[in-house]
Amino acid sequence: MAGQLPTTEFDDIPDALLDELESLAHDRGEGQLGMVQLLDEDGHFNSGSHFSEHAKRLTSDELRGLYRDMATIRRFDAEATALQRQGQLALWVPVRGQEAAQIGSGRATRPEDYLFPTYREHGVALTRGVELGELLRLFRGVSNGGWDPRETNFHLYTLVLAAQVPHAVGYAMGIQRDAARAAAAGRDSGAQAVPSPAVVAYFGDGASSEGDIHESMVFAASFKSPVVFFCQNNQWAISVPTEVQSRIPLHHRAKGYGFPGLRVDGNDVLAVHAVTEWALARARSGKGPVLIEAYTYRQGAHTTADDPTKYRLSEEEQAWLVKDPIARFEKYLRAEGYADDAFFADVAAEGDALAAKSRKDVLAFEAPSLAEAMSHVYAERHPLVEEEIAWHLGYESGFADDESAKEGGH
Amino acid sequence: MSKQIFNLPDVGEGLTEADIVSWKVKPGDTVAINDILCEIETAKSLVELPSPYEGTVLELLAPENETIEVGSPIIAIGTAGEVPGPGGANDGGAATSAVPAPSAAPAPAASAPTAPTAAPASSAVAEALNAPVPQMQEPGVESGPLVGSGPKADAVKRRPRKQPPTSPSSTVNSSSQQAVTLPGRVDSSAGSAEATPAPEPDTAVARLLTRVLAKPPVRRIAKELGINLADVPATGARGEVTRADLESYQAQREREIAAAPTFWEPAKKPQDQRVEVVPVRGVRKATAKAMVDSAFSAPHVSIFVDVDASRTMEFVQRLKKSRDFEGIKVSPLLILAKAVVWAAARNPSVNSEWVGTPNGDEIHVKHFMNLGIAAATPRGLLVPNIKNAQDLSLKELAVALNDLATTARAGKTKPGDMQGGTLTITNIGALGIDIGTPIINPGEVAIVAFGTIKLKPWVVSGEVIPRWITTLGGSFDHRVVDGDLSARFMADVAAIMEEPALLLD
Repeated sequence: MAGQLPTTEFDDIPDALLDELESLAHDRGEGQLGMVQLLDEDGHFNSGSHFSEHAKRLTSDELRGLYRDMATIRRFDAEATALQRQGQLALWVPVRGQEAAQIGSGRATRPEDYLFPTYREHGVALTRGVELGELLRLFRGVSNGGWDPRETNFHLYTLVLAAQVPHAVGYAMGIQRDAARAAAAGRDSGAQAVPSPAVVAYFGDGASSEGDIHESMVFAASFKSPVVFFCQNNQWAISVPTEVQSRIPLHHRAKGYGFPGLRVDGNDVLAVHAVTEWALARARSGKGPVLIEAYTYRQGAHTTADDPTKYRLSEEEQAWLVKDPIARFEKYLRAEGYADDAFFADVAAEGDALAAKSRKDVLAFEAPSLAEAMSHVYAERHPLVEEEIAWHLGYESGFADDESAKEGGH
Repeated sequence: MSKQIFNLPDVGEGLTEADIVSWKVKPGDTVAINDILCEIETAKSLVELPSPYEGTVLELLAPENETIEVGSPIIAIGTAGEVPGPGGANDGGAATSAVPAPSAAPAPAASAPTAPTAAPASSAVAEALNAPVPQMQEPGVESGPLVGSGPKADAVKRRPRKQPPTSPSSTVNSSSQQAVTLPGRVDSSAGSAEATPAPEPDTAVARLLTRVLAKPPVRRIAKELGINLADVPATGARGEVTRADLESYQAQREREIAAAPTFWEPAKKPQDQRVEVVPVRGVRKATAKAMVDSAFSAPHVSIFVDVDASRTMEFVQRLKKSRDFEGIKVSPLLILAKAVVWAAARNPSVNSEWVGTPNGDEIHVKHFMNLGIAAATPRGLLVPNIKNAQDLSLKELAVALNDLATTARAGKTKPGDMQGGTLTITNIGALGIDIGTPIINPGEVAIVAFGTIKLKPWVVSGEVIPRWITTLGGSFDHRVVDGDLSARFMADVAAIMEEPALLLD
């Protein structure tokens, strides 16, 4: 093992899959995107792919669950956008259009896996069991986090572009070291069979241009770390189109680092799920990272502070609406008889209830006190922090108006 | 409880205002949570505002196509059954009990595939590699902000401090025995509790405190128009100059400038159309009456003296640089004011009043100085005075002068501020005038006019050298102040202007 350079031949990948990926990559046909797709725009299932078998293993409950998650997060997203427009959130980052990429990948992870999101992974958060209302604390400005990542293995949102990706690789390298130590101990005690977790690093097409991504991929490749690079290419880095960011399809970059990369239809929840499950299994088995480029579209604005009509045409938006992930999957479920009107009505009602609850939660959030805000500066009590709190309380108490009773907050 | 007010939110990051492009609802309409109320345009984008409340629209509080400040109320919504219209819901209070109605908001349509168009172009590698370099927009041609991000600027808000300030150490818990002091406030409460001057702010903070408050867009407009914000009367809730203030100031300025070329009317017009009739009211009327009363009851005598004010100018420069005066506006007027107080004490008759009584006339000599300062304001000429100016230190006098001028320019001078004056200074030099003969403010017997200060050739020790020269003028009521007394008074004032160090005696 030691001294062996990573190859670009990827010996571990079955010939059939390698052929499929290679043929996709080299497909120069008009309008071909070279991506793994199991459901086309009309919801027809393509059973010719290597990944079809993955999808076929999903139970009808799991299939309905995928739909439920996608519809739920879209409803929640709409409510959060409205809350921002009503002045209740400082900012919101809409996810509309990327539900399949997020739900499909999130549902492919195991509880012991650890996920590093950007600031848009609301759908992934849902699949990890994060209380959705808690996502809004950050955007209301009452918290720097909002949830305990140790409970769900879903890391806090990272607002600095691409900064979470080196963290993810570092975490994956840590897993390797823990495993090595456990293996050494296991030889002594004879115990074994701890599940080996993997890591997912989420980022976007815009972040892919940042140096952090390069460094991360170099390290992950060199150490064959158990990390899946999950890039949601939503076509727009705020106002910069992907064509400006990369002269080749983004997933082609993986080969340069020495690990496989593939493009999946990010609006096809079955394909995303299958591809992510495959990549995670490969990572867990010690074969190193995979770059998944989920080819999708941000149907809304970059954030609520953005106006996409200033840089893209409505024809483009219309063309992508046809590829909508939720409508497509609904067609599939109906056609295959997995779900009926009652199911969809039920999901819609649940979404409304969740939206109402989230609204109530947001309006009830309380701003943290100064002491709370400063309590996370150090893990333990710190004399300098205490001195500064004391100074600030003294400063606040010097005001004549009653508002001074309130400190900190939004 | 029944009436809820929706205030214009900041829909971007750090926006301060927006225009309502169109209302989508009208009074009487029933709205559910998240129903679209209106479309607004901000500096960043065109967005729709969804309703945070459910109920009946009572009133639209902001018109279309007007710039509204973030935080201003735009719509009143009453709970279901409320009748819109006047008197419909007057229990006021923007109750924030936004109880969400489950299932009230329709879920957005899942999708609307309407216009299928060509899929994105082929991503064939060769084609991509040969693609032209992306066109960057020409710098400076950008039409406006595309997107925005950045820290949200909290509104600058000046909060009153307790007086005297509480010692911060009283709230410091015992674990921190270190004395915590507020910078710059250490000595402010020492000893003197009587005169209660405002606590002197810390020097670093002082600059912020004395800076004219205005939001960034307003600052920018002012800069573009070349308006000094300090000249604009501020009416904002927190004392800030608002966009409306700036616009009205600019409109006023434009009217004055625009009126100039069209001022003259051609001779062929009827004579009565060539005369503009301006009713005499308010301050104009009061000024006219006061001046007539004064000019025709008090026989004026006016005298003038040229002064080498170079040392005053140096002194002012030194004060400006001194830490003690940091953040305080210092001008030669301050020295003149101090000089007048000083000289009046040596020549008390100038600080008096001619009083006619049934038992004969009297002269009331005032053993206090309420120093009037003539100020041109938007309302006209006002003469507010600084009460008991004789008790003020140089620094306190400087602060008082600033406050007086700021209040007057903002049109907020109260009647009490203008009553009881004992002697007046008029600073005609601020307009670039060398000197004039001022008319005494009624109830007083002396007024000092302060001409402009400029570099002039001056003979010192037989040589002509440039010096800072000004002219002081004084008018006196000859019934009270004879020529020699007025001359001594003016000479004393001039002496201070020539050598401010004499104030130390």
